[in-house]
Amino acid sequence: MPTAGPRSGDAIFASVERVNAELFTLTYGATVRQLLTDLEEVEEVNKQLDQMGYNIGIRLIDEFLAKSNISRCVDFKETADVIAKVGLKMFLGVNATVTNWDAEGTCCSIVLEDNPLVDFVELPDTCQGLHYCNILSGVIRGALEMVSMKTEVTWLRDMLRGDDSFELQVKLLKQVPEEYPYKDDE
Amino acid sequence: MGREVAESCVDSLLTEMVSTYCHRFYANKPELAARRIEAIGYQVGHQLSERYTMERPRFTDHLEAIKFICKDFWSELFKKQIDNLKTNHRGTFVLQDNRFRWLTRMSVDPQNESQDNSADGENKVAQATSMHLYFPCGIIRGALSNLGIPCAVSADISNLPACSFVVRIKA
Repeated sequence: MPTAGPRSGDAIFASVERVNAELFTLTYGATVRQLLTDLEEVEEVNKQLDQMGYNIGIRLIDEFLAKSNISRCVDFKETADVIAKVGLKMFLGVNATVTNWDAEGTCCSIVLEDNPLVDFVELPDTCQGLHYCNILSGVIRGALEMVSMKTEVTWLRDMLRGDDSFELQVKLLKQVPEEYPYKDDE
Repeated sequence: MGREVAESCVDSLLTEMVSTYCHRFYANKPELAARRIEAIGYQVGHQLSERYTMERPRFTDHLEAIKFICKDFWSELFKKQIDNLKTNHRGTFVLQDNRFRWLTRMSVDPQNESQDNSADGENKVAQATSMHLYFPCGIIRGALSNLGIPCAVSADISNLPACSFVVRIKA
């Protein structure tokens, strides 16, 4: 039987069940708005969105691995590329690029020019400290933690704050070696 | 064809939004959680119906508006129409979806389930399901309210996976 290699983000996106992005965008927007009403503090909303994203990420990683057919990445560089080229594409249908690597290869930026979360969104002045897309950074952090990578994910640039793109810094804090309760050849 | 995202984005977001309100914010006040979830749905329905009716003439009566919800509106959201519409001609409409997408994809955390005895477990499942249904009920109420029709919407799932939404128009 031929073994299937990793699939491209485009091919997976084309094959999964898809829905109208307006429903997704407006549901996210209404959720953020309701959180702002209920929690009042913008900082607290940032924290909740990150937590929600984390909870989603730790579940979504299974779907990602199952559908992408990706096996272990050799290093963090490959991991970042896979997130940008396959992960974001297969779920959100967008393309992203990876840049700004540090010398150690443990910190980089994922840059998005297009992001369905923010279609139709304009932030009022009262929400200046809001990281509107914080759910996305949470998803990446949660998903990576499930594959043994502790990361810190922060927004460096945000189109809702007037920047020309979204830039998400992903910093690898710790790689926990996977320990199996058994040996591979047993 | 407009922009699309993977269906799992919407599923994950809804599951997490409902769980945030039910388990984190209002763990002991399900009625408050329900109200917030419905309110989020209301906003979404209101905005969507605004977008989908922009180029349409005004609806002449309630039935026209309800039919729009059953056909065009439902198709935009679920790629299918409502399967059955009934009315008592006195302001109550029952919209039945024989296989409501958001219910067929719902699952219950097996870990939590196995800790309960079965009666309690079933109760929890019923509660979790009804919490999820406040969102589409809110969507329908918001959509109709945007069309100038104030109403109350509830859901009936005695016939799973069919789901009936009962719309009572306020006189």
